[in-house]
Amino acid sequence: MSSIAAAWKRLPWWVEPMAVVFALTAFGIYSLTIVVFYPGVFQEYVSPFYSPEVGRPDWLPWFITAPVLILWIPLGFRATCYYYRKAYYRAFFWDPPACQAKAQQLDRPWARSTESYKGERALFVLNNIHRYFLYATIMVVAFLWYEAFLTVFTPDGFQITVASLLWFLNIVLVSAYTFSCHSFRHLVGGNKDCYSCIRGGNVRRKTYNFVSRLNTRHPQWAWYSLVSLLATDIYLRLMQAGVITDFPIIGG
Amino acid sequence: MDSNSAEQKDMASKAHADVHADEKAAANGKTAKLRIFRGDSGGGELVDYELPLVEGMVVLDAVLYVQAHQAGDLAVRWNCKAAHCGSCSAEINGKPRLLCKTRIEEFDGGEIQVHPLKAFPVIKDLVSDISWNYQVSKGIKPFTSDEQAPFTMYEEDVERLYEPKKCIECFMCQDVCHVLRTHHKHAEFAGPRFFVRNQWLEMHPMDNQDRLHDLKEDNGLGLCNITKCCTEVCPVDIHITDNSIIPLKERVADEYYDPAKWLMRKIRGNRGSRNGAAARNGSRNGN
Ligand code: SF4
Ligand code: SF4
Ligand code: FES
Ligand code: FES
Repeated sequence: MSSIAAAWKRLPWWVEPMAVVFALTAFGIYSLTIVVFYPGVFQEYVSPFYSPEVGRPDWLPWFITAPVLILWIPLGFRATCYYYRKAYYRAFFWDPPACQAKAQQLDRPWARSTESYKGERALFVLNNIHRYFLYATIMVVAFLWYEAFLTVFTPDGFQITVASLLWFLNIVLVSAYTFSCHSFRHLVGGNKDCYSCIRGGNVRRKTYNFVSRLNTRHPQWAWYSLVSLLATDIYLRLMQAGVITDFPIIGG
Repeated sequence: MDSNSAEQKDMASKAHADVHADEKAAANGKTAKLRIFRGDSGGGELVDYELPLVEGMVVLDAVLYVQAHQAGDLAVRWNCKAAHCGSCSAEINGKPRLLCKTRIEEFDGGEIQVHPLKAFPVIKDLVSDISWNYQVSKGIKPFTSDEQAPFTMYEEDVERLYEPKKCIECFMCQDVCHVLRTHHKHAEFAGPRFFVRNQWLEMHPMDNQDRLHDLKEDNGLGLCNITKCCTEVCPVDIHITDNSIIPLKERVADEYYDPAKWLMRKIRGNRGSRNGAAARNGSRNGN
């Protein structure tokens, strides 16, 4: 693992921003396409992009499908996430694309003047609402747990299949991402200066320290959970298409 | 950190001694090639130097060798040679590094270019004028408490304060930050080093001041786009962005960008108090 990290570091500086552009664009196109055009439920499995299932009023235009009514929550959560902000400011806005002197000279090559930089003071001041996306996402995460359990407690009884393992792996990674959030860290204890001065301070501090430990890997959780979302959805599509049949491990 | 830097000090002074043991260097016959910026605020150029390579040599050793044997007028700032004082920061191959902590061997015989810090005006050769930082520092509300030190504080309340205290004021984070380096926002932006300092002050249980307004308005916290170059270069491994800047951004958001919190304050009406935030954050004497 560390040798992969070392090899990654030796690559030219532009590889990382380019890879991020490619990965995020591909993910964006994939997720938008499936939620608009393809149903996401197969037997007891619900694609994570379709959870929770909500009713959809008929008067909505065709491209606002039921999952689209939900998708803005996790999408907004990721778009305002401190880690993804770093990733897209670097990769999409080249502001700066990387840290070393040569790369920094290419900072926003299209900008008329370097002094016109506003950072998160102009449009991106909106990223400060990240915490509200967090609150909404926690509810979505609760549904994903519920649906993961539905894959093992089916109407026909208890079963464990490769798919259900995948569903659980996914929700564990999505939860790790959600609860390693900087806003969550602030909420549970980062906003306090003195734990011994407040009621429940010790619990607050312990929670804060736990979240801080998760938080050091926040970028990793961000990517792992993105991959697991994708893998879960693709697995469901493959089952839908009959390309693979699910392998039961216990029951089923 | 202590045993670590003691070790570094040991290594550094050993290497330093070796540099002057010329006969030993000559014995292995290897050389190091350096390109060092020579010039001043009016401009300058890279000049090539070649010198005997000694095992364990750091870039500062090489620069001092050049100064002693080849270019007596070469200007370089250094003090401790143990990664402790933060004086010897410069740019090696386009990245801010401590000259005394960077081994020559790391570059495998490849090119080593040494430049002064670029975000500040060059005085001469490898020395930049970093005095702007001290001006910024003066503008930050100092630690203030209602109680007299020594304080009785609990470990669990101060464990977060050790990390920002590690700062050695090398100002490499300031140098690499694109807000200063590329966008020249020195007039509106305090820079990562001073967010680290503000975080220490703001999270200190005995401090009773509220710096959130200053952070937002005078220190330009909103200009930082959390792209983490500062974190990448910090020689004492302070997680500047994650542990100082983002927590401060969250506190500023509590105060200025959270509609629900704003409404609550309107209803409770405690907006006017100068120490409002300190009191709400549970500072011991913030009321
Ligand atoms: S994270 Fe912020 S302070 Fe640090 S280098 Fe980037 S813009 Fe500057
Ligand atoms: S925070 Fe780190 S990089 Fe910045 S001045 Fe302090 S020690 Fe140097
Ligand atoms: S900071 Fe990444 S999800 Fe909140
Ligand atoms: S000389 Fe003190 S840090 Fe390098």
